[in-house]
Amino acid sequence: MAIEVIKNKWKMSLGERLYITPIWAGMRVTLRHLFMKKSTIPYPEQKVEVSPRWRGRHVLKRNELGQERCVGCQMCELACPADAIYIEAAEVPAEKRHEHPTERYAKVYDIDMLRCIFCGMCEEACPEAAIFLTPYYEFVDDTREKLIYNKEMLTEKTGGPIWYKE
Amino acid sequence: MNELLLLILEKAGFAVILFSAIMGLASYATLAERRIASWMQDRIGPNRAGPWGLLQPAADGIKFFLKEEMIPANVHKIFYIIAPGIAAIPPILLTAAIPWGNKIILFGREISLQMIDVNAGLLFVFAFASIGIYGVMLGGWASNNKFSLMGSLRASSQVISYELAQGTAVVGVLLLAGTLSLREIVEQQDTFAKWYIWRQPIGFFIFFVASLAECARMPFDLPESENELVGGYHTEYSSMKFGLFQVSEYIHMIVASSLMATLYLGGWQVPFMTVSAQPTLFESLLGVGAIVTKTLLFIFVFMWLRWTLPRFRYDQLMRLGWKVLLEGAFIWVIITAILVLAWPFYTTWF
Ligand code: SF4
Ligand code: SF4
Repeated sequence: MAIEVIKNKWKMSLGERLYITPIWAGMRVTLRHLFMKKSTIPYPEQKVEVSPRWRGRHVLKRNELGQERCVGCQMCELACPADAIYIEAAEVPAEKRHEHPTERYAKVYDIDMLRCIFCGMCEEACPEAAIFLTPYYEFVDDTREKLIYNKEMLTEKTGGPIWYKE
Repeated sequence: MNELLLLILEKAGFAVILFSAIMGLASYATLAERRIASWMQDRIGPNRAGPWGLLQPAADGIKFFLKEEMIPANVHKIFYIIAPGIAAIPPILLTAAIPWGNKIILFGREISLQMIDVNAGLLFVFAFASIGIYGVMLGGWASNNKFSLMGSLRASSQVISYELAQGTAVVGVLLLAGTLSLREIVEQQDTFAKWYIWRQPIGFFIFFVASLAECARMPFDLPESENELVGGYHTEYSSMKFGLFQVSEYIHMIVASSLMATLYLGGWQVPFMTVSAQPTLFESLLGVGAIVTKTLLFIFVFMWLRWTLPRFRYDQLMRLGWKVLLEGAFIWVIITAILVLAWPFYTTWF
């Protein structure tokens, strides 16, 4: 096998050594970019389009009858790798019986948005298809306490289809 | 007596206008730099303060004044405090020697748009330009920080090296103009073809590169190369003292740009327009517009280069200064001298 010895691999031509032509080439690139469309957007006024499968803020769904789907089985709490979910399950009081499909429900359901890593494991684990992650991604507040979302904030107001649609 | 009073008033008024114009230009140059930087990097840049971000310099100024002012424990207090001032004042004074326009005839008085027409204007400019570096040197030395010291060492050796090349390159213009007065140099470039850049292309190029190094602009900004020296000579400075260093850099840039416009691009001469002996107000203002446009053009090129080129290594910088630019400048001066002597057309030129 013939071995090719590459000589003067780093030898530059006179034009290159004078820097002038490479500098001009670089300056042409930057000048072109000066007039190009910008990749950033002015954020609060204009938002990026995220995929409908984006994993953002959670929602606790209701079923077709408007009842809370969640039965407080704590599977999501167990599955959560970040320990972000806190659930206190209880028996449904008699007068609220029509609001729940079974006699067990989550009395307290908190998700700490600062702990959550938006992995979607809760969604995977839920046997009742009650919890879903939505494409909403703006979590801003001024205290840590305000970022622990409680059940009222998470539960959707009316019943509807299972899959989140915007 | 009355005449003297009027003269003082006129000069004082002009000084105030010039000072505010330069400060305004310098602070908007910071905004322009950030906008151009972001556009070249496909970003939008600061656009929050006021319409199109136009109040950003004011916001920056307020921020500088309101920030906590820290004086580190082991600095040399006096030098530490006066250094930013020493860095900022000479470039501001320098603008007085630049002819910012022909003359304005107002209320029957001829007002020259050059603060002081020093007959050795060019020497004055070079002298003051090199005083500015003392601020940087003092600041870095008094900070009692090795990075600051390195930065100021670099700054001083860099400025000395490039000043030589710059001063030599400008001799070409002097040979042609036969005068040191900036006003006369501008007056000699009265037609477009007579701009010295056409007869001094290499001299101009060397002067331009040396100016970049003098202002410590990007390919040569080793005094404050932040990835080796933290912040270079202003590492230990905070609040308005840091702001002053920053502003002085921009004023330096304005001065260098306007000097190049004056020496090589005909200063306030508008291309293809002859100057009348008694210029109307409009003509004079057009002249002011011309030099400001040329200055802004150079400032843009400075920024454009900054966001294009990576930084030189320190030994490359020194090699370029001493082995290429200085030699080139000497050779160019000799060529110019021969041309002036042996080729009469070269001196008259169209
Ligand atoms: S998305 Fe992941 S981290 Fe967040 S609550 Fe669900 S399981 Fe926990
Ligand atoms: S959300 Fe689903 S998994 Fe979590 S407690 Fe409710 S029913 Fe169980």
